[in-house]
Amino acid sequence: MQIYGISLGYPIPLPLLARPVAAGFPSPADDFIEEEIDLQRLLIVNRPATFLVRVAGDSMVGKSLFNDDLAIVDRSLEPQNGDVVMVDVDGERSFKVWQRQGHRVSLAFANPRYPAFNLSPSAVVEVWGVVSASINPRRRAQRG
Amino acid sequence: MSQAIALIDGNSFYCSCERVFDVKLRSVPVIVLSNNDGCAIARTAEAKALGIRMGEPWFKIRELCRTERVRVFSSNYALYGDMSARANEVYRRFSPRVEIYSIDESFLDLTDVAPGRRLELARDLRATVHRWTGIPTCVGIGPTKTLAKLANHLAKTNPALAGVCDLSDDNERSHWLCRTALEEVWGIGRASQAKLRALGCDSVADVRDLDPRPVRRALTVVGERIIHELRGRACLSLETVAATRKGCAVTRSFSSRVEDLATMEQAVAAHATRLGEKLRRERLGTDHVTVFFHTSEHDTGNPQRSASTVVTLPEATSDTLALIKAATAGVRRIWKTGYRYSKAGVITVDLVPLAASQRALFDGLDRERGGALMDALDACNRRWGRGAVVPGTAGFGSQRTWSTRFDMRSPRYTTRIADIPVVGSA
Repeated sequence: MQIYGISLGYPIPLPLLARPVAAGFPSPADDFIEEEIDLQRLLIVNRPATFLVRVAGDSMVGKSLFNDDLAIVDRSLEPQNGDVVMVDVDGERSFKVWQRQGHRVSLAFANPRYPAFNLSPSAVVEVWGVVSASINPRRRAQRG
Repeated sequence: MSQAIALIDGNSFYCSCERVFDVKLRSVPVIVLSNNDGCAIARTAEAKALGIRMGEPWFKIRELCRTERVRVFSSNYALYGDMSARANEVYRRFSPRVEIYSIDESFLDLTDVAPGRRLELARDLRATVHRWTGIPTCVGIGPTKTLAKLANHLAKTNPALAGVCDLSDDNERSHWLCRTALEEVWGIGRASQAKLRALGCDSVADVRDLDPRPVRRALTVVGERIIHELRGRACLSLETVAATRKGCAVTRSFSSRVEDLATMEQAVAAHATRLGEKLRRERLGTDHVTVFFHTSEHDTGNPQRSASTVVTLPEATSDTLALIKAATAGVRRIWKTGYRYSKAGVITVDLVPLAASQRALFDGLDRERGGALMDALDACNRRWGRGAVVPGTAGFGSQRTWSTRFDMRSPRYTTRIADIPVVGSA
């Protein structure tokens, strides 16, 4: 029997504070240790309602949402004017800028090179979620 | 104070998960098939309306699905498991005590919610789960699990109830129990249903009004317990801590028939590998494995055979290599050529917590060395995905000619970065 491809070391539990010798001088940093910054908590406010979606196209560049970005979509947020929403319009799913005045909802592209988006009055509009953050890798990491 | 329990479950749960991510599935018939695309295990209302029954074999409905444009999916358990975890996270915001009963059903303790406010809470719960996860649900409330389950059935089948039903109130309960057939009671099998009919029962109310003692003679204590539960006296408590697993099984149907020993050994080694992963996750071990394989009853005209054997290990272990050694030894012990095997499995019962288990005096396994190797194996597979590193005997994914078929599986939208949904500007 063989196991292929293992050359990893075994996990070594690291103590939170380095205190090698009990008799030594205590680290002056000990009282100032804080938790690590958790990117996940920064980007995901409401975990069960949050989904990752890959952006295709350049219709949202005016809202800094670029082709191939990862949009973080929170379904628990109520859309506010100017939000980028993921929205179903007559069975087509896309990103749009949300505007609402009274009962009138309008949706828009965020790219001056695009024509105005016409929402027919009879269209069925259903917001899937609100884009709460996005990740734009400056150097493309390998996908997969 | 008497307790209040809610049962919440996802409507056509697997189909609903598919619909969250694929907008084209809205209001069209959708079904999800079991492992190896064997039979229909989830159907939307539109699919049920076409007459597709629960558990119906795929080959029987294939033509209907083609002509009626039913969207058919292989099961995508990575997706359903993730959506189930999300739903349960929402439930926990509504009740501190949640029992996950199955992948799409959970019991919630609502005892501390004032009786007059339970329906309102149930409506809020449904709306929140739907908004946050996209999954439609139904909620049934009652003073016992059996009544909560019954209330859930009523919520699901009576459109006027709009997905919620509370049977806490005595009068309300009597009203519904008289109008519901006894077949809807949770935990009564077909044989028991016939016995109850013979006793003159027709509705759930008739069962509730039986004298418990003679029922015990006919239907054992289980039947008696059901009567108490229907009367509002709880016999089943909420189990919020998952019971320690007593047994574990990894069994799979082959995508094509297996006729040679080498392939069977490889398949069983892969099952043993999975068994080891499951045991290690719960720090359990076993000192024996049962290995079985058999032919398919659908292969009429071919010789049939079903074989199994138990292989004992020197001491309890969760070491994949030890489990594989035992399982493949079992295969060789009972192997016979000349049959077309359709399914194999590795099963173990009487699991023990490894830390507390007795060590063998002689010929023990080298647990420390094996344990470190298994830790590394699990770490690799966590990091690079299950199956990234496998023992040579189990074979790599691409060489597995026998492995389970998921021809029509949707992307693993929420658990794989390469599979996340892509949305454009339309």
